[in-house]
Amino acid sequence: MIRTKVTPTTQTEALAEVLDICGTNAANCMQCGKCSATCPASSRMDVLPHQVVRLLQAGQVEKVAASQTIWSCASCFACSARCPRKVDPARLIEAVRLSVVRKAGGNYLKADAVPALADEAMPQQALVSALRKYSK
Amino acid sequence: MQRIGVFVCWCGSNIAGTVDVAQVAQSAAAMPGVVYAKDYQYMCSEVGQNMIKQAIAEHGLTRVVVASCSPRMHESTFRKTAAAAGLNPYLVEVANIREHCAWIHKDKAEGTKKAIALTRAAVAKATLNAPLVAGESGVEKRALVIGGGIAGLQTALDIADAGYAVDIVEKSPSIGGKMAQIDKTFPTLDCSACILTPKMVDAATHENITLYTYSEVESVSGFVGNFEVAIRQKARSVDAKKCSGCGLCAEKCPSRKAKSEFDEGLRTRGAIYIPFPQAIPNVPVIDRDECTYFKTGKCGLCSKICPASAVSFEQADEVITQRYGAIVVATGFDMIELDKFGEYQYGQHPDVITSLEFERLTNAAGPTGGKFVRPSDHKKPKKVVFVQCVGSRDTSGRGKPYCSKICCMYTAKHAMLIRDKYPDVEASVFYIDVRTPGKNFDEFQRRAVEEYGVQYIKGMVGKIFPEQDKLMVHGVDALSGETVVIDADLVVLASATKAKDDAEALGRMLSISTDTHDFFTEAHPKLRPVESHTAGIFLAGACQGPKDIPETVSQAGAAAAKAIGLLSKKKLVTNPCVTTVNEALCSGCLACEKICPYGAIAAKTIELTNNGVKETRVVAAVNEALCQGCGGCTVACRAGAIDLKGFTNRQIMAEVDAICF
Repeated sequence: MIRTKVTPTTQTEALAEVLDICGTNAANCMQCGKCSATCPASSRMDVLPHQVVRLLQAGQVEKVAASQTIWSCASCFACSARCPRKVDPARLIEAVRLSVVRKAGGNYLKADAVPALADEAMPQQALVSALRKYSK
Repeated sequence: MQRIGVFVCWCGSNIAGTVDVAQVAQSAAAMPGVVYAKDYQYMCSEVGQNMIKQAIAEHGLTRVVVASCSPRMHESTFRKTAAAAGLNPYLVEVANIREHCAWIHKDKAEGTKKAIALTRAAVAKATLNAPLVAGESGVEKRALVIGGGIAGLQTALDIADAGYAVDIVEKSPSIGGKMAQIDKTFPTLDCSACILTPKMVDAATHENITLYTYSEVESVSGFVGNFEVAIRQKARSVDAKKCSGCGLCAEKCPSRKAKSEFDEGLRTRGAIYIPFPQAIPNVPVIDRDECTYFKTGKCGLCSKICPASAVSFEQADEVITQRYGAIVVATGFDMIELDKFGEYQYGQHPDVITSLEFERLTNAAGPTGGKFVRPSDHKKPKKVVFVQCVGSRDTSGRGKPYCSKICCMYTAKHAMLIRDKYPDVEASVFYIDVRTPGKNFDEFQRRAVEEYGVQYIKGMVGKIFPEQDKLMVHGVDALSGETVVIDADLVVLASATKAKDDAEALGRMLSISTDTHDFFTEAHPKLRPVESHTAGIFLAGACQGPKDIPETVSQAGAAAAKAIGLLSKKKLVTNPCVTTVNEALCSGCLACEKICPYGAIAAKTIELTNNGVKETRVVAAVNEALCQGCGGCTVACRAGAIDLKGFTNRQIMAEVDAICF
């Protein structure tokens, strides 16, 4: 891996788009890490939720967009419920996910693929919200 | 035979945890002269003190030994207890079985053995204690405040308002100190000059306050209530009585090489100058090292043009001697030199500046008239980088190991003010930790981040490279793990605070101690924060440790209250534990006079009759008002002619014998 030095800035279009979608403010975050500590899906994440917020504070949307994290997030909102600074990390992750889905024009989850993935125990509501979350 | 009572304190579990207090009391009961021994949980409490009083009455005690904490803590408490029961207070002896025993040992059996030995020594000493009567001394109703910054001004105003005369001695030509250089003050952003200059005027016009500016304390002698201080008023070379403060001389002075101290060297000044327009007194001073007339004997332009003929090249220093009851030290602080921090390019590149320079650069009355431009090309910067902890929390020896305390807040203030006034300018702050404990402080810093969009980056700056007209700031974002580079136009360094370079020398003159960083040491970090170890000398402001303005003003008020408390006393009780000379034994060698750090011993000629022949002899004599009871002279005396009351040679030997029992 070659590491390139970044220049932190909040003046990027990508960040403006994300913040526009979610309407929350990453700047409020003090990096306490409570979101990552509480996240039930963290074992599948390459970038932890508090790191997502930090990257967004520094305007590095593309790093978050390229992460596995945005697809591993189950949108359980545990992070948002427990955040002491009202940052709402789930909303930020959702916004990055949407920015990717909208631009790609494609669907991360196609309706035809659902029967193969679903099983008897899966509640119907989960299937509906999965389609809403991962499809345009 | 004395009738001694021994009272062993548990100090909760402080002593009882490591010392078998019951066994100490039991052993004490068998010591020579002891007729009563008891242990109790808190001997200093009302119940404990009543226990002592009752025992004195019931058992006819003639001596009291309390085995407890250090005499520093409660000797006066137990002396008062004994006095209330009709016993001379100096017949009480304290065995320190807490600091000297319980707190420093873990083994209970050994600890108990040592506590018994210490108690035995105290009993042996108490047996030889003699009743002493404290003398009295008067109090000079005048206070001296050293330093005319916000700490000194507030202290002086509070003391003066209470009706006592106060003299302020300020080293520089004007009062005002560091606060006068600052633009705005956190966390409410009031203009510094607007809240400081009225105080300066109040101090200058107060009927009880006398200002000695451009003056220094030269020597201090005496003791609490009766200090004698010599103040050197340096020659201003301008007659303050004649001068109208028109400023014509400063304007016309042809020498323009000296850097303005007030503007942190960002502007030059004349050899004759008024430090800043609101200076008090508004009287110029000639910097004799810069003045052409003083260097070559030629020029003298200021003298020629002065409409009031106030310039006086012949003026000499004047030494004023004054007596004071109390002294408050409020000498303030400085910022460290940055020559050891080459990686930041300070001193190498004009656009790398300190925070105090930034204050002047953005001050409406500063060198640029408040216009925000960088020093190199006078262009408005687009990106400003602030670096915190430059030399603070640094154990490498390049800086100071302590936290400078004020930088997190003023950096947030600087960054916020820039973003407020110029939203197009980007501001980034590199920090190790953001420390903002204080009323409305954290909210203030968060406002800089959340409302004003200041970019806070946790991590340090490793190096700064100039590239064309930019300063490439290389750092790290420790939270994301990214290495960072910012193309800055201006870099502001929050350099560490330090004690004044001459603090230690002043401390020596006043007999007050300084810590390893030359900040003055308070008598107790929690319970006596504004007193020094020397009675009658108090501390205010950043000379005691890094402090912001709100804290400084509170401390100044507290120091004033302590000084007023002292000045309001009609008489002070003097310590009767002073030395006496046995003139029959004294050979008059005066070795004692040389060793005495307080100047309390002098030669005295006595007349005596030797076998019917009248003759005179020189002996040592102790001034009891000056003697602090250190006992140095008793050791130096070859003839054993000097003894310290309350700590006689016999008493000390008895203690040693008892320990070696």
